[in-house]
Amino acid sequence: MDTFFSTYLWPVLVMVVQSLLLMVALLIYIAYVLLFDRKIWAAVQMRRGPNVVGPWGLFQSFADLLKFVLKEPVIPAGANKGVFLLAPLVAVTLALATWAVIPLADGWVIANINVGILYVFAISSLEVYGIIMGGWASNSKYPFLGALRSAAQMVSYEVSIGFVIVTVLLTVGSLNLTDIVYAQKDGLGTMLGLPNTFLDWNWLALFPMFIIFFISALAETNRPPFDLPEAESELVAGFMVEYGSTPYMMFMLGEYAAIVLMCSLTTILFLGGWLPPVDIAILNWVPGIIWFILKATMVFFMFGLVKAFVPRYRYDQLMRLGWKVFLPLSLAMVVIVAFVLKLTGWA
Amino acid sequence: MGLQALFFYIFAFVAVASALMVISAKNPVHSVLFLILTFFNAAGLFLLTGAEFLAMILLVVYVGAVAVLFLFVVMMLDVDFAELRSGVLKYAPVGFLVGVILAVELVVFVGGNIISPEAGKAITMPIPALTERTNTAALGDVLYSNYIYFFQLSGLVLLVAMIGAIVLTLRHRTHVRRQDIATQVARSPETAIEVVKVKPGQGI
Repeated sequence: MDTFFSTYLWPVLVMVVQSLLLMVALLIYIAYVLLFDRKIWAAVQMRRGPNVVGPWGLFQSFADLLKFVLKEPVIPAGANKGVFLLAPLVAVTLALATWAVIPLADGWVIANINVGILYVFAISSLEVYGIIMGGWASNSKYPFLGALRSAAQMVSYEVSIGFVIVTVLLTVGSLNLTDIVYAQKDGLGTMLGLPNTFLDWNWLALFPMFIIFFISALAETNRPPFDLPEAESELVAGFMVEYGSTPYMMFMLGEYAAIVLMCSLTTILFLGGWLPPVDIAILNWVPGIIWFILKATMVFFMFGLVKAFVPRYRYDQLMRLGWKVFLPLSLAMVVIVAFVLKLTGWA
Repeated sequence: MGLQALFFYIFAFVAVASALMVISAKNPVHSVLFLILTFFNAAGLFLLTGAEFLAMILLVVYVGAVAVLFLFVVMMLDVDFAELRSGVLKYAPVGFLVGVILAVELVVFVGGNIISPEAGKAITMPIPALTERTNTAALGDVLYSNYIYFFQLSGLVLLVAMIGAIVLTLRHRTHVRRQDIATQVARSPETAIEVVKVKPGQGI
């Protein structure tokens, strides 16, 4: 009985508690990121944004949650009921599943696996299923068109994201996310004579890749200006037309979880994860998790600004950008980075 | 090993059950969705044997890309279910034959391995222990050194197939106005706009 407890029950219990803690923290963070997004959007348009529920509107997201949950879910008569309800579940489950391998600080990771970045890439490439299933099961024109667009868009931009990840992996030499962060302790800044600073991180050495990754991340998560799957001026609300109440909320939750994930991934791959910007006394007293959240939130701030500033792309322009600009550029960078690393012996 | 065995049975059971559902589901879209579930569980089985790289690549390539396009095509097909089901008996012998061939091959392969375990080892490369080399690196060692020509050749075959598909489907329609980004960017104020001084009350 004792061995049963120590070998099976205890590890499972630890895993469950860790996952629950991360999930609760993540959901609260997403609630405030949603509010932050709306506030940024409002500020750019010189409005106030949500400011009624709670002080400065801080409880707005929770009020929205209650509203969604208490509404009656409506399932269209012609819909494929099982797939219709499965789609939002798939979207939110996959978006949350990826978080298992994200290192939030030194050693703060639920599953520190060897192929961490591949796992993230694999699961985020599955997120398109929630959208396709939702669009098809609604049995209606606009959702279906939205789903088709989304499938094409996400598959296209995954290619360039893959190549960007390959360049980072070439410089790091490991697929483990924790190793990727550690490798950024020593980089271009050290060569320039400024060791242990933010110049060491990958964003400087791989600057074009950083930009491509940021834009592809926008496209991959269906954020404006690439929100064609739900373009309200053409497709009403795209794949989500027929959804309401809790299923709709789960789609939104999955979308924001994926966006926050992309922000964290940018932080890990290019902005040095939990490392302090300059390794001096006051700054390295701050715990790594704070730096991680600050960096991820800063990337999200950029996401929010892009949403407010940039008009929506036309569909053919979106495809042109993905296949004719980003794909050749990132492919060329993979070759260049590989050659530089081989010839200089930095690898 | 208890947990591992438990997960093996879960993955294996779901994989077999969903594989059965692929062929018995009435709706072809449901069939594809069950096929995806089968892939997913196969990836889980790969993980249990320690082949983490293969598991992830299975997800990225098959589930993330190939099955998406597959689903895409099946959804857009206008399928008549009644007609589809009437053809089942017609194709049953061919399906049965393919099934028998696959089963015989599996029996020969597994049986051969059981009868003489040494036979398989002679043709494979030495597998380094998981502790000293991650299997991503081990696969890379083999693929990019001993088998580099085969690896490049398989890439070339895919490239030819891709170019072939594009050549077969590409058609240039002449009467369509296309956006030419280069000419748009190359426009200057001199060629694009004209400043006209209009006197009040006269028009141009």
